[in-house]
Amino acid sequence: MVTDLNTAIWNTLAAFLTFCIFSFLYKDNPFYKIAEHIVVGVSAGYFAVILYWNGLVPKLWNPVVKQGKWYYLIPGLLGLIMWTRFSKKYAWISRFSISFYMGIATGVAVPLYMQNFVIRQLSSTMLPVHFKNSVGFFNLLIIVGVLCALIYFFFSKEHKGAMGSAARVGIWTLMVGFGAGFGLTVMGRVSLLIDRVIFLKNYFTSIFGHIL
Amino acid sequence: MRYKNLNRLLILTFFFFFLILPLGQILAQEDTLPPAPPTEVRASDTQNDNGHSITITWKLSGDDGAGKKDVVAYEILRSESPAGEFVVRGMVPAGNNTYQDRGAKEKEDKNYFHPYHDFYYKVRAKTLNSYSESGVAGPAQAYGQWFHLGKLPVFVGTLAFTIMVLAFISLARKGKKFYVRPLAGIDAVDDAIGRATEMGRPILYILGLGSAADIATIASFTILNRIAKKTAEHKTKIIVPCNDPIVMSVAQETVKAGYLDAGRPDMYQEENIFYITSMQFAYVAAVNGIMLREKTATNFYLGKFYAESLILAETGSVAGSIQISGTDEIAQIPFFVAATDYTLIGEELYAASAYLGREPLLLGALKAQDLAKAIVMISLASGAVAASFHLDFFLRLFTVQM
Repeated sequence: MVTDLNTAIWNTLAAFLTFCIFSFLYKDNPFYKIAEHIVVGVSAGYFAVILYWNGLVPKLWNPVVKQGKWYYLIPGLLGLIMWTRFSKKYAWISRFSISFYMGIATGVAVPLYMQNFVIRQLSSTMLPVHFKNSVGFFNLLIIVGVLCALIYFFFSKEHKGAMGSAARVGIWTLMVGFGAGFGLTVMGRVSLLIDRVIFLKNYFTSIFGHIL
Repeated sequence: MRYKNLNRLLILTFFFFFLILPLGQILAQEDTLPPAPPTEVRASDTQNDNGHSITITWKLSGDDGAGKKDVVAYEILRSESPAGEFVVRGMVPAGNNTYQDRGAKEKEDKNYFHPYHDFYYKVRAKTLNSYSESGVAGPAQAYGQWFHLGKLPVFVGTLAFTIMVLAFISLARKGKKFYVRPLAGIDAVDDAIGRATEMGRPILYILGLGSAADIATIASFTILNRIAKKTAEHKTKIIVPCNDPIVMSVAQETVKAGYLDAGRPDMYQEENIFYITSMQFAYVAAVNGIMLREKTATNFYLGKFYAESLILAETGSVAGSIQISGTDEIAQIPFFVAATDYTLIGEELYAASAYLGREPLLLGALKAQDLAKAIVMISLASGAVAASFHLDFFLRLFTVQM
């Protein structure tokens, strides 16, 4: 609700930009371009400030200057040589930083993936199968679904014969999962739209309520 | 009549003074009586950690769980000497007999936990109105372990997988031919590039919102390299708007390498691989604009995608572009399946780089993945049998402690 002139101005701008973005549903137009350029420019500037306060100051400036951890200068230097990309002659130096970053990132990612996406998922899928109640039967469905989905992602053999049938069951299993995921996310998106429509409704009520 | 009432009054007075009042006092005393103290308190270094925690265990108070002196909680107290002042470090509800006294690893932190330093502990059993303390346990020192034994399955798995990858790479380098089944999305790449060339329009390549450290982004770099090579051969413009400055730098190097491979380094234009912004929807707004203004003939969405996947794919669809997508982000695959022409589902994205490149390094890794999947399938089937027949020793082989 608009409570003062300041809020009214900002809400008017927010409503205007919302309509500018929605106008893209019709076609690309100057209003959309204005909103697009504003949001890109503002977000880029905002990120520069965020990076300065959340990255540079606590992770480089404070450790080096306030805590005397001089070895933090090494990653600082690696960051600094990324600026050599602006020079055609010395751009190759930045590859040291990139290769260091990629090497570390890949090295960290491999055991992490092995833990979270292989071993722990495998352990969680080792379910007891029985026919005393529905749980045991659904466990069987889960295990068969996972095995067939894994067969679908087997690239060394052509999907023919029994393997082809199993792969087909695998892709059906995946599609059932994707369908459920699709429905769930669409619901979330519709709620976002409703939130925006409520904002516009409240805005118009507060501005033009006394006229209508 | 009068005497009868007097008798009743006397009997009530007698009951009040000689029965109810003493009983109430006894009960009130019982409420303030201390509970039985916890016993067998032990303090020792917490295993499988970085050396800033001590684990305290005890035997529950005899009054834990029932009675008038029912224990409601245990307080854990710490001191640097047995006779020193004990300070409360934490509390656990009744029924619990373990507590981990943890601290920060940074010396500057107020809650810094000093490793290799003697600490003494006491456990206090508390009722609503009273408490009792155990004897002093300790000294105990915290120290870090070199190896997290609870993650042994991860170590064995990673080691085995590494050996498999190296073995298959070695075989591929020796000239062994490996079969890789066709992937529909990747088979369409050549057609998509050809279409862009015929129409004289550019190709848009989106690496997603992941960092350069994400496996999906790394796989996407390999595919970008192959596509850049083909676009250089076809003299078609490729546009790569990026969401992350590091990703942009790597993408520039990747595209440049592709142009070099094609023997056309002169055609490489660095300004076509650029950074927009790191904010998700601002990036999407800009990419949508590029799609409509540049009239891209083919859009590739390969990498890590989040909520922007459908917005991008829908805009591309409206613009009439051929679209090839691929991500390992499970929640976004349905949107790509619905809105793009070809989708690489999950691991197909990783396989695509090997399929396109046919390099021993990538083919070896792909073959190792297939063997690993076969082992996983056998383990899963065996695990289901073990779980059904309560063979817990087998299930423990795959249990990872965090």
